[in-house]
Amino acid sequence: MGWPILSFLIFFPLFSSLLIFILRGSEDQIKKNSIFITLGATAINFLVSLNLWYDFDPKASGYQFVEYKKWIINFVSYKLGVDGISLFLILLTTFITPLCVLSVINSVKFRVKEFFIALLLMETFMIGVFCSLDIFLFFLFFEGGLIPMFLIIGIWGGERRVYSALKFFLYTFLGSIFLLIAIITIYLQLNSTDVEELSKINIPVNLQYYLWWGFFISLAVKLPMWPFHTWLPDAHVEAPTAGSVILAAILLKIAGYAFIRFSIGLFPNASLFFSNIVFVLSLVAIIYTSLVALMQTDMKKLIAYSSVAHMGYVTIGIFSFSKQGMDGAIFQMISHGFISSALFLCVGILYDRVHSRLIDTYKGIVNIMPIFSFVFLTSSLANVGLPGTSGFIGELLTLIGVFKMNYIVALVAGLGVILSAAYMLWLCKRLIFGNFSIQGLGKNEKLLDLNLIEKIMLFSLIILIILVGVYPNIILDTISSSVDQTLSSINRQIIIKKSLVY
Amino acid sequence: MSSNFMLLPELILIISSFIVLLVGVFKENSYKILNFIILLTLLFLIFFLIFYFDEKKNFFGNFYSVDPFVNLIKLFILGSIVFTLLLSKQYLENLKLLKYEFLVIILISTAGMFVMVSANNFIVLYLGLELQSLCLYIMASINTKSTKSSEAGLKYFVLGSLASGLLLYGCSLVYGFSGTLNYLEISKFSSSQLISLKFGLVFILCGIAFKVSAVPFHMWTPDVYEGSPTAVTAFFAIAPKIAAIAAFVKFLNVPYINYFNEWKLLLIIISCASMFLGSVAAIAQSNLKRLMAYSSISHVGFILAGVTISTVQSLNAVVIYTFIYVIMKIGIFSCILTLKKKENYYENIYDLSGISKNHPLIALSFTILLFSLAGIPPLAGFFAKFYIFLSVLEQKMFYFATFGLLCAVISSFYYLRLIKIIYFDPPKDNFDQIKSSGLKISIALTTFIILVFFIQPSLLTEITLDVIKHIK
Repeated sequence: MGWPILSFLIFFPLFSSLLIFILRGSEDQIKKNSIFITLGATAINFLVSLNLWYDFDPKASGYQFVEYKKWIINFVSYKLGVDGISLFLILLTTFITPLCVLSVINSVKFRVKEFFIALLLMETFMIGVFCSLDIFLFFLFFEGGLIPMFLIIGIWGGERRVYSALKFFLYTFLGSIFLLIAIITIYLQLNSTDVEELSKINIPVNLQYYLWWGFFISLAVKLPMWPFHTWLPDAHVEAPTAGSVILAAILLKIAGYAFIRFSIGLFPNASLFFSNIVFVLSLVAIIYTSLVALMQTDMKKLIAYSSVAHMGYVTIGIFSFSKQGMDGAIFQMISHGFISSALFLCVGILYDRVHSRLIDTYKGIVNIMPIFSFVFLTSSLANVGLPGTSGFIGELLTLIGVFKMNYIVALVAGLGVILSAAYMLWLCKRLIFGNFSIQGLGKNEKLLDLNLIEKIMLFSLIILIILVGVYPNIILDTISSSVDQTLSSINRQIIIKKSLVY
Repeated sequence: MSSNFMLLPELILIISSFIVLLVGVFKENSYKILNFIILLTLLFLIFFLIFYFDEKKNFFGNFYSVDPFVNLIKLFILGSIVFTLLLSKQYLENLKLLKYEFLVIILISTAGMFVMVSANNFIVLYLGLELQSLCLYIMASINTKSTKSSEAGLKYFVLGSLASGLLLYGCSLVYGFSGTLNYLEISKFSSSQLISLKFGLVFILCGIAFKVSAVPFHMWTPDVYEGSPTAVTAFFAIAPKIAAIAAFVKFLNVPYINYFNEWKLLLIIISCASMFLGSVAAIAQSNLKRLMAYSSISHVGFILAGVTISTVQSLNAVVIYTFIYVIMKIGIFSCILTLKKKENYYENIYDLSGISKNHPLIALSFTILLFSLAGIPPLAGFFAKFYIFLSVLEQKMFYFATFGLLCAVISSFYYLRLIKIIYFDPPKDNFDQIKSSGLKISIALTTFIILVFFIQPSLLTEITLDVIKHIK
């Protein structure tokens, strides 16, 4: 590889945000130019990431496109690389960000320049998280992402934005101090923070237990896992549409990714030992948050709770230690990225027109907005896990994987599918079908169906949902060798430990 | 003479303060030119210290010493004095406080700080400490028209004298028990050999802890910070803190090195209490200066956490933290000094709600500095905390580290509240445009350093690591 493609992906948005920062002129000009620059930068980033996918060799084992530079002497190196698992999360990020830009063109009315700077910074941090092969570097990106997200929620959010932004920030910050302590301990005990090197070392089992908890607390907050999930509905409800989309589609995936890469990859024994705790928490999340979602009156909150439930599948898939489970978890993360973005964009579109997120406000909008209703229904069904959509593949694989490990877990998790069908379909029934009426809409106001930009955004997502749903091998083939490799190294370590014990 | 040229900085400071005094008495309205000359003098001293950085020498029969550690601290002090002069000029001009005495006092207190840092003997330490403290008392009450300022000065003086008294009493105990006041000679005693030296340790510790405003000797800080003119508060928050921390480090690691087990627990308690109180008490504050006072108490707590460990790594972390802390405080106070509307300066935190609309750049710098104070990566404030906790965890003190980081989370709340007021609240007032180039420079420079520190932290750590070896 001639050029540092990963560094480009990370720092190009940062560079463009600097460009926006120095923009001068009248307000309209600034707005137009910053939209133009952001859209261009994110589109270029997407194309570059497609190129990354094209150059990626799915058969090869280990990390590709590795970049290595010494950074802080004797301590941290600047090391980047991708494997099949992170590749698709990077693609997801670069794909969702331009959609976010499109979605806010009309809805962000003030401080447009700052909004796009925050959005681009967000992209930098998120791609950085998925690329870094050094735990400390990972932590920097992981934590740094708090700053733009805090500002996005707090400045452009809804009524209770301050409360939500503070809650989001403090929760995540509190969780991450344990991560920091764990990272420092890894460095002090094992003298390295390099993921590749660490995965070759057999970390002493006692140490693994402590470190695992350090990582787990932080990641459980970020995922979010029950009972640390309460920040998510607040943050989702108050964030602007683009913020919700980024939060649901990408930020939640960071924790899932980190579970695979660090919790499982570095501390396999501890992960196996504590996997029952994860199962219990995930099952509670699936059942409990689905029930909570059933009773929501706010659409965004409903989708937020459904996100928590769906992330529960991701964690049980990851901790099932089986190929199908792991495949399913990764697939579920990507598919949930598409589906939740589509749903949040739909809610955002409704909110832009009527300024209400309450379900009761709307009735029978299929009569006025047929195309919108089609999109909404499709993504709802995908969220439920209808065969033929991406949601189905993710849940199916996860459940198969878990069934091998523990069939009771699979059984309870299967119940969650039914519950998700209940709340999503009930939402659709109330929202879309029936006689048309909207509270608070003046007589002269007309509800317009999707315009061109909205069609582009939503249909690109719908096409992807169905495409990966029908032909999942696009993703599965590429992640397969990375998952195999992770699992084989885990199994090797676990077997070694077992042979030592007995 | 040839061997004593390392005393030049102190001599130059004293002599220039006399010159300023003379010129000021005989020539009216001479502040501007004097300010300029002093800036040049300070820059000369900075170059001098950089040039003779590696010089290591003892003077006057081990009463006084110069080594790279001392030189580095002196450089920090000089740098912060330069910034103080830059950012205070316009403020003093507006309050009609532009008196040459201000410059004289700053120079003399700088000399005091130098003596304090270089001291190799408890009496010299006391002399330096008193010299700078007396100047600080005067500076706190320099706004003679304001009762608050006079009150601050008086309060500082009364409490400060008490602390000095304790320190002096400690020194006399040390002398009584050991028969010497020299650092190097005291360091020869071990704790089993002369257990009574502990008494002196405790009293001297109290005296210096007062100067760094560590809990439970912090009571003066919020009042003095609030009462003093803002430019003076900025000065209080930076230069004397550097000197006191350096003296603290030196005092614990040179004469009392063998008493590590004795003072370790004391410092852990002081450090935990400072971190906790600084974080919690600031939440209820609505005055910016008072809030910054509590913020500096909590930062001192973090610094003392590094002092407690007393390994090469941790002292290195202390120096780094001090450096970054000073940079952040200079930036924050420069931002506070821009909150001006027609001769009036605003200090309430809710007055900040205007600036993001009308002064986007200041708001941005303010926000970056606040995030850095809260310790969010990748800003410099994170690295400061990171190095401290790296060294704490190296000693396997997990509870201590967790407690400290929890305090960091609590303290992040009030920084976030400021950011909330800056960005999320509807704009209120229109502040004046900043005219002072000194303020602009210091805001831009500090923000820049805070932002780019993460690119190559080793630049600083390599220097500090070398330097620490001279006291450890």
